[in-house]
Amino acid sequence: MYHIISIRDLERKDLDYLLDRAREFETGNCRSCRLEDKLAALLFFEPSTRTRMSFATAMARLGGRSISVDSVEASSIVKGETLADTIRVVSGYADAIVLRHPKEGAARLASEFATVPVINAGDGAGQHPSQTLLDLYTIRQSTPIDGLDVGLLGDLRYGRTAHSLALALSLYDVTLHTIAPGGLEMPANLTLELRERGMEVIEHENVEEVVQELDVLYVTRIQRERFPDSASYYNVASSYRITPDLLSGVRDNLMILHPLPRAGEIDPAVDRTPYARYFEQAKNGVPVRMALLHEVMQ
Amino acid sequence: MTKKDPSGGLVISPIKNGTVIDHITAGEALNVLRILGITGSTRECLSIATNVRSKRMGRKDVVKIENRELRTEEVDRIALIAPQAKINIIRDFQVVEKKGVEIPEIIRGVVRCPNPGCITNTNEPVASAFEVLPKGLHCLYCDWLIKDDIADHII
Repeated sequence: MYHIISIRDLERKDLDYLLDRAREFETGNCRSCRLEDKLAALLFFEPSTRTRMSFATAMARLGGRSISVDSVEASSIVKGETLADTIRVVSGYADAIVLRHPKEGAARLASEFATVPVINAGDGAGQHPSQTLLDLYTIRQSTPIDGLDVGLLGDLRYGRTAHSLALALSLYDVTLHTIAPGGLEMPANLTLELRERGMEVIEHENVEEVVQELDVLYVTRIQRERFPDSASYYNVASSYRITPDLLSGVRDNLMILHPLPRAGEIDPAVDRTPYARYFEQAKNGVPVRMALLHEVMQ
Repeated sequence: MTKKDPSGGLVISPIKNGTVIDHITAGEALNVLRILGITGSTRECLSIATNVRSKRMGRKDVVKIENRELRTEEVDRIALIAPQAKINIIRDFQVVEKKGVEIPEIIRGVVRCPNPGCITNTNEPVASAFEVLPKGLHCLYCDWLIKDDIADHII
């Protein structure tokens, strides 16, 4: 049985294969790839808009159907049921389980109790492999991934999308530039691991000093709750805001990505520049998730 | 083994049947017992010596457990905190088997994940699981890395 739990479980050939498959789904070259008799259970125990809707859309586009739980309050979790039991039960209903859960490692646990494939749709501050795949997919739509300078900006300490993407990019020939406020730097363990995997990692405090060297700028949200008071949050957040002025002199091919939702870290005026790719990125969630759903259920 | 000369000031009686764990890192005997699940409420007859003089180690701890022969997979769990430990299986006062401990590739249910957000720290029916790496213990669920003070996290 094929589960999609963590980017750590995937090799470069697996990523390339899944990205190729997603391309086939996007271009309509896989019309015979259908899941018409299949049912996916979308278990979302944490808020989500894009991920849940794009999995549901992907399933519908494949001709399949989905059933869902959209909150803890609406599930037997409030009655004290364990996730393990929920997974055992839902395994009897559906052909695959898509799980979002607030606890790290929840999807790994689910894969141990499920009798159907499990796709991790985000587990706490842990992994979010389908997001990483659509990030890679969006980059590869424009350019081969090898040889790029990629900047990760924002909360690199707690941001799971940044961690997953960095691990995936370490399988390619990429120079990684990390740009984070003090206290929100990428965890030292992860930086060490990336370097052990052979990746060049350069740490920066300011986006201005590096933005002109980048091919990709991946912006993540700086969460207000990480700061002791509103003043210190606004102070940091404003210094990490991407504006049209900041982008003067950047490479022509620069692409700005963001897993969304954004909360002020990208000025809406940037949306009108040729660098903004975050809405295309969100749209790419559908073909990428079609590829994942088809892969685990075929 | 434990010094047997009474003039040396320390004697632990030989046991007839059971297990002697020798060459435990000094100060770790009680943690070794915790890992083995031997607590004050279990029935085994125990002898524990701590900070015994040792030619090889300077100081060491020794534990004797009567009428219980520890299995290899049980004793390997103590290798995390007592990698030099030697296990002697005793039958009728004779050492019938002597072995070292080997650090297992995966340890389950021995160490609690320090990450409060880890699924293993909930009421789910799973034991913690760590991959033993040269740089520390890697949680197989949440990817947390315990680099030092492993004994502090023993369940």
